[in-house]
Amino acid sequence: MNAHLHGCAAGAEMAPLQVRRESGQREVFCGLTGIVWLHRKIQDAFFLVVGSRTCAHLIQSAAGVMIFAEPRFATAIMEEKDLAGLTDANDELDRIVTQLIARRPDIRLLFLVGSCPSEVIKLDLSRAALRLSQKFSPGVRILNYSGSGIETTFTQGEDACLASLVPALPCANGTSEDPLLVVGALADVVEDQFVRLFDTLGIGTVSFLPPRNSLELPPVGPNTKFLLAQPFLADTARALEDRGATRIAAPFPLGVEGTTGWLRAAAVASGVEQSLFERVTLPFRSRATRALARYRTELAGRSVFLFPDSQLEIPLARFLSRELSMQLVEVGTPYLHRDHLSEELKLLPADAALIEGQDVDLQLDRCRAAKPDLVVCGLGLANPLEAEGLTTKWSIELVFTPIQGYEQAADLAELFARPLVRRAKLVA
Amino acid sequence: MQLTVWTYEGPPHVGAMRVATGMNGLHYVLHAPQGDTYADLLFTMIERRDRRPPVTYTTFSARDLGGDTAELFKTAAQNAYDRFQPQAMIVGASCTGSLIQDDPGGLARALNLPIPVVTVDLPAYQRKENWGAAETFYQLVRALAGPFAPAPRTQHTPRAVGARPCCNLLGPTALGFRHRDDVAEVTSLLTKLGIDVNVTAPMGASPSDLARLGDADFNVVLYPEIAGQAASWLQRTFGQPSTKVVPIGVLASREFVEEVAKLAGVDATATLAACSTRLPWYSRSVDSTYLTGKRVFIFGDATHAVAAARIASDELGFKVVGLGTYSREFGREIREAAGKYGVEPLITDDYLEVEAQVAALQPELVLGTQMERHIAKRLGVPCAVISAPVHVQDFPARYAPQMGFEGANVIFDTWVHPLMMGLEEHLLAMFKNDFEFKDGAVPSHLGAGHAATDTTVQQPQPAQTLVAASEIAVTWHADAEKELHKIPFFVRGKARRNTERFANENGVATITVETLYDAKAHFAR
Repeated sequence: MNAHLHGCAAGAEMAPLQVRRESGQREVFCGLTGIVWLHRKIQDAFFLVVGSRTCAHLIQSAAGVMIFAEPRFATAIMEEKDLAGLTDANDELDRIVTQLIARRPDIRLLFLVGSCPSEVIKLDLSRAALRLSQKFSPGVRILNYSGSGIETTFTQGEDACLASLVPALPCANGTSEDPLLVVGALADVVEDQFVRLFDTLGIGTVSFLPPRNSLELPPVGPNTKFLLAQPFLADTARALEDRGATRIAAPFPLGVEGTTGWLRAAAVASGVEQSLFERVTLPFRSRATRALARYRTELAGRSVFLFPDSQLEIPLARFLSRELSMQLVEVGTPYLHRDHLSEELKLLPADAALIEGQDVDLQLDRCRAAKPDLVVCGLGLANPLEAEGLTTKWSIELVFTPIQGYEQAADLAELFARPLVRRAKLVA
Repeated sequence: MQLTVWTYEGPPHVGAMRVATGMNGLHYVLHAPQGDTYADLLFTMIERRDRRPPVTYTTFSARDLGGDTAELFKTAAQNAYDRFQPQAMIVGASCTGSLIQDDPGGLARALNLPIPVVTVDLPAYQRKENWGAAETFYQLVRALAGPFAPAPRTQHTPRAVGARPCCNLLGPTALGFRHRDDVAEVTSLLTKLGIDVNVTAPMGASPSDLARLGDADFNVVLYPEIAGQAASWLQRTFGQPSTKVVPIGVLASREFVEEVAKLAGVDATATLAACSTRLPWYSRSVDSTYLTGKRVFIFGDATHAVAAARIASDELGFKVVGLGTYSREFGREIREAAGKYGVEPLITDDYLEVEAQVAALQPELVLGTQMERHIAKRLGVPCAVISAPVHVQDFPARYAPQMGFEGANVIFDTWVHPLMMGLEEHLLAMFKNDFEFKDGAVPSHLGAGHAATDTTVQQPQPAQTLVAASEIAVTWHADAEKELHKIPFFVRGKARRNTERFANENGVATITVETLYDAKAHFAR
């Protein structure tokens, strides 16, 4: 099964992967959905969507259940009179923000999040953020970004959010001691694991964007090297590069191979001895590989079809194909950043069918025709496909579950094995 | 702008989707950006539907806005027709779609599709989900049944002698609170009365079924929020009377049987005698004594809330302490009912306002939506769900109607089970200091994991902390404070409030143990 592993370097030099673009009806979330995890990640931040009832309903429904504690997000729902005149809309927004800050004095960072309707009527949230910042500074910092579905797809909302934070990051002091910056929201437990690994490797201080608290914004400067933890951060990376930081090219830390490649890229960039790297990571690699073994038995040779969702599809496909020996029928992604994914694309089998964009009806036709063993798709498609006899894995769970790093490699595999195991178990 | 944490209703196009998804052979082409496709999961996940909703979204993006979004709409509509071959189509725009003013109706007409195409214009910045469902259903009924309307002032053709009376069942949709089982229950009730169902709509009907709505003798309006408008048009156009009673609860179910029997010209005596429900006896049985005067807060759509208040008060012997709805369109009905129970009606779609009200009223039971279930959980009050918005739990595997006589049985169980049994409540009062009875301990009947005193949660301040400027500030003597804490926590706020009021009215500056018991005697009824 490891033919790919040995052949990959040579394969990379050969014919580049064909990527087909498709356009038509998309069945994906908009960028507002990112608020569901971002509002828990940055614990003193609040997300105020300036939008319609649809936006409020989306976030509430995408969260699946209502969260027990009062959420740190809300929607300023625009009404007829807000559409009539932008002056009024701005006055209304100021009133709402004042009301909100009075209600939640614990908030230190407020994001005004643009939506489809606010973008279409050209409500300028950056000016509103500036105006309100002056009013509430220094207690509350107010930033803005767009999570609108006409500009962002699902995880691109996190990209837009983090990009809006970049100008607010303090200047690094410009020494070679500048910490390594890991970019992209990770589960706290995963972050802690990586911190320990970086520490053992002697990489020293590592900071994270987004931070868990807005008072801990990581510094950035010309000596900053950053490592993307998520594949969907095009704008954030560009904003960091504009501040002089350098991206470390790496695969993404999914699976043993991805995690090793990701850590290795950081180690090389930080001048860590190769022998030290091998010595430190070896026990982690072998433990994770052992844990993966049983899932490989379950998944090897099975075919998988990935609908576009979070942009995690390419690294996931690489993991499924190389570490679990699954057959890739089709790998859809809403958007493909060739540069950030170059290390991943090298590792995909040369015949992988990559589709960027979507026409959901045509894609469903192909999926039904191919009868894959497993379909990775969104919540709108999963039950209908199950009812047709296909086995599905909801892709949103891949965004809401800690899946990065060595200790989670087997958990990630289990997410794909579970639907198949379950289907085999049920006899009624 | 309105600051909203959670919303009771989705946007109006979700109401239109509920109509379209409930029906067969209808397709909805919606001018909307990609994010709006989230609405599919409401049906496939919450309701566990085995098919995608029959909706095509144009999913225009920012770069299309500079180009031809109208062409995009036409292509989407044509493709949807070619692929799905519906009997009829509805077209419209979501909140963002309506801002770009492409006129989906005109564009669809220009395609000259060989099927009826109905435009539903839903003002997304004024109206909400139920209104959208009602408007969509009305437009569909008008467009599809309208061509078969008799000429004005013609006599309604009387039913042939010996033919069984028949009616339409109007209002059930996809994603409705127990609509599936209510339809089954009411249908069987009508069958017992010898009344046939001509068409059930929108749920289960096709466009061709809507075309023959006029064949029925009368209409049964199950959910006025959705079917009221269509029913009054049918009344005007086809002379079909419609029912006014919604059969939720034993009393209402009996009245409903009488009402339909009268409309159908049949005798209800035998059916009424044969209809059995356990609610009246269970409610009279002695173990139900502890239900007497339980303070209950009710919130939901107007139909379910009004029905719940009547059941609570007249069939279970609870005391209604609060009644409200998020359906502003039905404010009149709620005000009328609230007057009956001597409470202030709460008409709002602001979840925070409802939460503050529940906290201030300190009810012993909350009957509400999934939103109130969360409020009640947080405040440690038992709760049962009586109305949409729905949750996956509101689509139980078992048969669980709200309507009719079986519905009354379901309601008895659902409302009474979250409450403490009488003896448990006595024990709690007598042995207040038992370590498991402390405020922080989780009440056994609410199960593990409900943090009743989660201090991280910011709770709205209950009303009793507000002291009017004219009142003197009273302080609590330590002994009195200690005694107060021996009172069960769920009535303690009320005791504190009453005692402070008593102290104020009597010019007592420091509340002692004696003041506490003086106040108790004063307010005893």
